[in-house]
Amino acid sequence: MIAEAGLAALWFAAALAALQLAMAWIAVAKSAPGKAGGQIVTDMMAAMRPVAFVQGLLAALAMACLIATFVRSDMSVLLVAENSHSDKPLLYKVAGAWGNHEGSMLLWVTILGLAGGAVAVFEQRLERRTLVATLGGQAAIALGFYAYLLFASNPFTRLDPPAIDGQGLNPLLQDPGLAFHPPTLYVGYVGLSVAFSFAIGALVTRDVGPAFARAMRPWVLGAWIFLTIGITAGSYWAYYELGWGGWWFWDPVENASLMPWLAATALLHSVTVLATRDGLRAWTVMLAVVAFSMSMIGTFLVRSGILTSVHAFAVDPTRGMFILVLLGLYIGGALALFALRVGTVRAGSTFELISREGGLVANNLLLSVILGLVLIGTLYPLVAAMFGVQLSVGAPFFDKTIGPIALILVAIMAAGPLLRWRRDALSPLLTRLTVPVAVAGAALIVLGTLGRGIGVLSLLGLAFAAGLAAASVAPLWKRDLRRTPLFTWGMVIAHLGIAVSLAGMASDSAFKRETLVAARIGQPYHVGPYTVTLRGITPTVGATWSALQAELVAQRGDGAPFLLHPQSRFFATPPTTTNETAIATRLDGQLYTVLGQPDGQGRWQLRLWWKPFVTLIWLGGALVALGGALSLLGRLRRERRARERWREE
Amino acid sequence: MKRGLIWLPLGAFALLFAVVASGLVRPADRTVRSAMIGKDIPTFSLPAMVPGKPGLGSAVFHQGQPRLLNIFASWCIPCMAEAPQLKQIQQQGVEIDAIAIRDTAPAVRGFLQRYGDPYARIGSDVDSSVQLALGSSGVPESFVIDGQGRIVLQHVGDIRAEDVAEIVAAVRNTR
Repeated sequence: MIAEAGLAALWFAAALAALQLAMAWIAVAKSAPGKAGGQIVTDMMAAMRPVAFVQGLLAALAMACLIATFVRSDMSVLLVAENSHSDKPLLYKVAGAWGNHEGSMLLWVTILGLAGGAVAVFEQRLERRTLVATLGGQAAIALGFYAYLLFASNPFTRLDPPAIDGQGLNPLLQDPGLAFHPPTLYVGYVGLSVAFSFAIGALVTRDVGPAFARAMRPWVLGAWIFLTIGITAGSYWAYYELGWGGWWFWDPVENASLMPWLAATALLHSVTVLATRDGLRAWTVMLAVVAFSMSMIGTFLVRSGILTSVHAFAVDPTRGMFILVLLGLYIGGALALFALRVGTVRAGSTFELISREGGLVANNLLLSVILGLVLIGTLYPLVAAMFGVQLSVGAPFFDKTIGPIALILVAIMAAGPLLRWRRDALSPLLTRLTVPVAVAGAALIVLGTLGRGIGVLSLLGLAFAAGLAAASVAPLWKRDLRRTPLFTWGMVIAHLGIAVSLAGMASDSAFKRETLVAARIGQPYHVGPYTVTLRGITPTVGATWSALQAELVAQRGDGAPFLLHPQSRFFATPPTTTNETAIATRLDGQLYTVLGQPDGQGRWQLRLWWKPFVTLIWLGGALVALGGALSLLGRLRRERRARERWREE
Repeated sequence: MKRGLIWLPLGAFALLFAVVASGLVRPADRTVRSAMIGKDIPTFSLPAMVPGKPGLGSAVFHQGQPRLLNIFASWCIPCMAEAPQLKQIQQQGVEIDAIAIRDTAPAVRGFLQRYGDPYARIGSDVDSSVQLALGSSGVPESFVIDGQGRIVLQHVGDIRAEDVAEIVAAVRNTR
């Protein structure tokens, strides 16, 4: 019953989305800017908000029904039988609901519906006609993906006769952190749909200006914060769960999450130019379209199985074609609308090359270049396959091409916040940059002489990180910290986060030590400052797995020895072996250990890493997200105050 | 902004669309084919999976009679889906043997009671070693083996209704 109720909710949501789109179309077509049109149009406009809200609720109800079938282990539902197991802890039953293709697409659509509902409830600043067009855009996207679920990817399909028990959730996904990774990332991905719909709405009603930018900014910020958290958490998950010692693999699925983030980061900066200075109108609208397009392309690349990835998802060309056609309609349609309408968007105000706007434009261009490189690198194997060549583009390509550009971007990031709006000059800028440049130079000299054999890119990375850190806090210099607006704090912390993260990346690549040994019991091995001894191997069991667990004793110099327990886990449903790393976190880095296979002669394969300051990578990511959150809070608070003041007058 | 430049994003997207669409329409062949086709099956001897039904050794495939070897597991959903087709194949006079992968006797007994038992013998392969030696990469998979122990056909994935005729024909033709 629950499954049928979920399916019914999905159908109703689709019907409401169709209604929402039709009403928006009619209302916008029959009204003129500033005028409401006839009674029917007024009624339709008034109905838009409740319809969008209820549509979001229905989608959420469908998702809740799917989760309920997983929690009850209803093995007569095909999806449950294929992806869950009655023995699983509750958390993984719930997470199992989105740990598969159909469920994750339903989650995607649910968030899309809820995002539209949130716009309907909370958006107060947008001009009414533009809001109606925006909600129409949101409904158009939702309608296509409802159709996809209902016709090509029904999560509620029954299995007859029911299975005795389920096949289990992929053991790699049985991790508390990962259970909430996809929802976080999806809120970010799909939250960008709001920016996309705003852009469509503003193009349709020719309403691109500072007011539109101010209305759009919090939505972009919100989505961007979730994307940042999702990417950071995903990177840490890959780091400790895969047991390969790396934190970013340039895997297509990772790139799929990075591309919307890059576009959203660019959008975040250009929308500020539009809101503050009424510049970059067409470019901002373009970026809003591109950001969500990247989300959709990412979803498509991941879900169609068109690219080979460590994230193995089901391969189904029919479904891939369905999503591709949707992409063609939405992205193609939006870009065509852009091309047709952008001529009517008045040019915004202009600015000098050396100015805050100039810095932000440079930021946007470099982010776009990086985005382009990631896209090309991700799709190149596909292009090569057209010419009959099988190849994969790996980390070396991305590191070599993106590394240097990222460093230039960091330099601009350091200078940008120290520039004045509209017009500035080079010599005062250089004066303001004295301290950061000195810090970077000092770091370069010290590291260059002390640490021999460090790669050029890592060395520059460390020096630039030091300089950026100094430049990031410079806007607070000689300022009354209590009266500094919250969004300025947000910018400072976010930029500082990038510096911290960059320092972690460069430090890991410059100073990490790796040892791979066939370890005998009792024999000490050295990695970095640590001595690690294998004391024994014991079998152990958990709720859904059995494992061989190594007991390692690690000691740093003459310090107190401590224990580490890496495991080689065997999961029964489905049968899979995973490596559970054991990581000791210290202030100056992490000792990372992985237990491999026995060699049959009493020796065990052990991988040991010493990774100095590697934790800074994720700490930096968290800081960036925190900066975003402060900025969002500051903007919302300032707007509320402005509204209150306006009411008092 | 120049008129041409405005259409550039759409053009770029059209190009991207074309590349991806062509990649989808002509998907790469991802099926893992056994290098063992045309070769002799490896020598193996697996213990009985369930009481009352013999285990499986490679000797039985050398007795002159072509047979179907089905690799399955009670925990595998597509294996449930292909059960009716296996029954059909058996009813058309094909002898079917099976290897159960990483499975337990109660689970397999339950599976057979629920979905039917078309098998003459079932060997228990607890660590997938025989499966790997056969060049099989997953469950379910089926092999047609002629009476001399040579593999003539490998079917990867569940046997659908439309595959039944091909498999029965393959067994008949090798006779």
